[in-house]
Amino acid sequence: MKFIISTILTALLCFVLGLYLPWWSIAIGAFIVALAVHQAGWKAFLSGFIALFLLWSGHAWLISEANEGLLAKKISLLILNIENPFLLILVTGLTGALVAGLAAVTGSLARKIV
Amino acid sequence: MRRYLSFAAAALATIGLVYTLDSRQVLPAPLGKLLSPQHGIWQNAEPANQSFNLNLSFPQLSEPVSVYIDERLVPHVVAQNEPDLYFVQGYLHARFRLWQMEFQTHAAAGRISEILGPGPDNRILNYDRSMRRLGMVYAAEQSVKEVEKSSESLSQYQAYADGVNAYIDQLTISELPIEYKLLGYFPEKWSLLKTALFLKYMSYDLAGAESDLEFTNARATFSQMDYEQLYYFLADSLKPVIPNTVLNPYPTAPAMNLEPPADADSLYFSFMNAGDTVSNVPENKPNPENGSNNWAVSGAKTASGRPILANDPHLSLNLPALWFEMQLTTPEFSAYGVTFPGSPNVIIGFNEHISFGFTNAGRDVKDYYEIKFKDGTKSEYWFNGEWKKADKRVEIIRVKGQQDLLDTVSYTLFGPVMYDDTYRADDQAERYLAVRWKAHDPSNDGRAFYELNHAKNLEDYKAAIQYLTCPGQNCIFASKTGDIALTQQGVFPAKWRRQGDFIMKGTDSSYMWRGMIPVEENPRMINPERSYVSSANQLAVDGSYPYYTGTEFPIYRGYMINRLLDSMQGITPQQMMELQMNDYDAKAEFAKPILMRTNPASLNESARKYFDLFRNWDFRKAVGAEGATVFEFWWQQLQRSVWMDEFEQTDLMMPWPSEFTLVESLKRDTAYSFIDNISTSQKESLEDLLAQSLNLASDTLDKIAATTGLAWEKVKATRVNHLLKVITPFNRTNLPIGGGKGVINATAADHGQSWRMVIHMTDDIEAYGIYPGGQSGNPGSRFYDSFVDDWAAGKHYRLLFMKRGTTSDPQIKWTMEFRKG
Repeated sequence: MKFIISTILTALLCFVLGLYLPWWSIAIGAFIVALAVHQAGWKAFLSGFIALFLLWSGHAWLISEANEGLLAKKISLLILNIENPFLLILVTGLTGALVAGLAAVTGSLARKIV
Repeated sequence: MRRYLSFAAAALATIGLVYTLDSRQVLPAPLGKLLSPQHGIWQNAEPANQSFNLNLSFPQLSEPVSVYIDERLVPHVVAQNEPDLYFVQGYLHARFRLWQMEFQTHAAAGRISEILGPGPDNRILNYDRSMRRLGMVYAAEQSVKEVEKSSESLSQYQAYADGVNAYIDQLTISELPIEYKLLGYFPEKWSLLKTALFLKYMSYDLAGAESDLEFTNARATFSQMDYEQLYYFLADSLKPVIPNTVLNPYPTAPAMNLEPPADADSLYFSFMNAGDTVSNVPENKPNPENGSNNWAVSGAKTASGRPILANDPHLSLNLPALWFEMQLTTPEFSAYGVTFPGSPNVIIGFNEHISFGFTNAGRDVKDYYEIKFKDGTKSEYWFNGEWKKADKRVEIIRVKGQQDLLDTVSYTLFGPVMYDDTYRADDQAERYLAVRWKAHDPSNDGRAFYELNHAKNLEDYKAAIQYLTCPGQNCIFASKTGDIALTQQGVFPAKWRRQGDFIMKGTDSSYMWRGMIPVEENPRMINPERSYVSSANQLAVDGSYPYYTGTEFPIYRGYMINRLLDSMQGITPQQMMELQMNDYDAKAEFAKPILMRTNPASLNESARKYFDLFRNWDFRKAVGAEGATVFEFWWQQLQRSVWMDEFEQTDLMMPWPSEFTLVESLKRDTAYSFIDNISTSQKESLEDLLAQSLNLASDTLDKIAATTGLAWEKVKATRVNHLLKVITPFNRTNLPIGGGKGVINATAADHGQSWRMVIHMTDDIEAYGIYPGGQSGNPGSRFYDSFVDDWAAGKHYRLLFMKRGTTSDPQIKWTMEFRKG
């Protein structure tokens, strides 16, 4: 339960922060949630990771669907050297997930100090 | 302790990862910043059903402005006064084309290394230096001063800049055009100088081309007789833009003394003088094919009895396109056509009374003078028997990832000393070459477009084009009331024959331009008896015009347009659109009798096959035409076989003869002296060269046949590249379109019809047009390249010219309301 709540909270907080702050605010969001909702390090990581993977890949997927994949085709070719919008969505999700996961671990470890 | 350590380790790892994904230090791109769906490139992915309805308010506006946007994303702006109109024009240009506007002005100002770095072998930095040293920024500053003298122009340009800045001011990081995100920089505020830079870039593109340094090399290499044979400019099949007729005669004598200087024979026309050469000719030059077609037929030749005007400017094909379609309306006027993002006004188009268009005059208004400096400080130069002080201008070139480069340029009364000891024209000799360029002179050329947008009749047109000084243009005109006109307009130097084709003496005034040709002596034609006017960058006049008009002009497009218009009657707009797409190759027609002299017995097996392909070809550079490919490669090889031995006498760069030179020379004389290969002992004949060159071309043709196939459009492979070229997914390539160099549809590989327009001057104005691009500059928008396929298919769109007072139309999809507030 705690795991699900912290995952949802992370996704929500990161989205809201993203409205006002640069992209790296996801690290702050994941850190704060992990600090507030205590979990073991690996659980905190997973929770931040899953939250941002779902948030970023989901958001990217919605945008790309509305855009009919037009830009994702071009950017995937540019960055990944292959025309595959889904791969770009996956890489997007993993990028956010990694940052949030690490930030959440940091938050969970900070909690132990406090 | 361990807790603290693991916390610190995790915190460091997080910060390290964020840094990695936020910068370009570790990965080539800041992946986090770019891929964040709320900030990065995803935000540029415009929904396919994007609405462009908007309500905006700006304190700069005095009255409401409505913008009706049609299904092709063309904005129809209706304002109550001009400052409001140009404010909104600036806003909309920025909304749809901001990155391109700024990039092009950076290119004009020599500031590309600032965003892209110095480039491989300093290519980009050298480009920037060439633009700075040519005095592009200096020229733009001169024209800003001139604009500031006219309160109307000043308020127009200021309103436009305010509109651009109103957009930039409210732009968020997530809305930044994608190129800024990918390259990692931000837009600057717009200014009058930026608009002036953009217009100067057009001067550079259209009146910045010359081959004077290369011709200087050719003078050193060839005898005068050979030189005149290789580089004659009055082609036999030339149909000048304005013929000399009894009813419309040229001036009989020049308005000033145009005797060449006394020492010209010994000094200037010193052929085969091996010492006077330059090893480093300019690397960056405007595309030599920059040109256009335009024509207007009067009511006497049309089915409706009303004039029809057509114009298709041939420029580099890019995405985002150079052009942006708009309709601009106030209570005073309503103009429609293509605009330049970066400048107010409609540039090529029509209003409720008249239509107007341009082709390039191509006159040489850029010459070089050899300067003698007193010493290495380059602060004093010898002129008319005394040392004169040179001004110095320090160009600060910012280079991404490097120190700024300070480049000092001396300015003489000729102009900037572009080439000196730090920017060398020649590897051996230290040469100081000043550029005299008409574009440096103060002028307010943009005013010509403003006045044309407002023009109601022939007299207004005549007055409007007076503002055009450089680049010189063939300004075409047609009115509802039945007038047609064409003027080669510009302020052109009055030159003696071949003045400025070579580097000139700069130690005194003897080789300076003696003055400008009086504007009323510019070639013009108003309502001619033949009932049409036309131009296609050919020489405006024949040899009886009393001023030298320069060299290097194409002739075949002009020849074909006149040949076809001469015989046409009862013309419809449909036929004019077809004429724009005409792909008949007149040069091939003229070349065929020569090529048919080939003895098939001297051809190898595959060459014989290609010979038959050529023989059965109908001279059309059409989609699927294999004969066109054979002709192109065969003719190029024949030119090399004829001339390469003479050109290989030196390593110096020299101009290749014009497109008509070989075909006309061989028609005149099959024993053309250049046929003999000077590096062999035997005497070659034309027949030897014909067979030899087709045999040689066959090897290349065999390879092409085995890869892409011989179909003309496959070999030509027309493409429309993104301005940065290197972001290949933003390019459109392999477009199936015919045409090419030297035919009316001048669509070459990356250059061609940048806008096709046909205007029928009926009561409501029946207008057609298309350009190879799309209204949006955003590669993530469906409007980025939405016209490209129709353009390649040779189509034109029927343009929606909204009538005054209408606020809706079935084609209007969205509305933007601008208000004071």
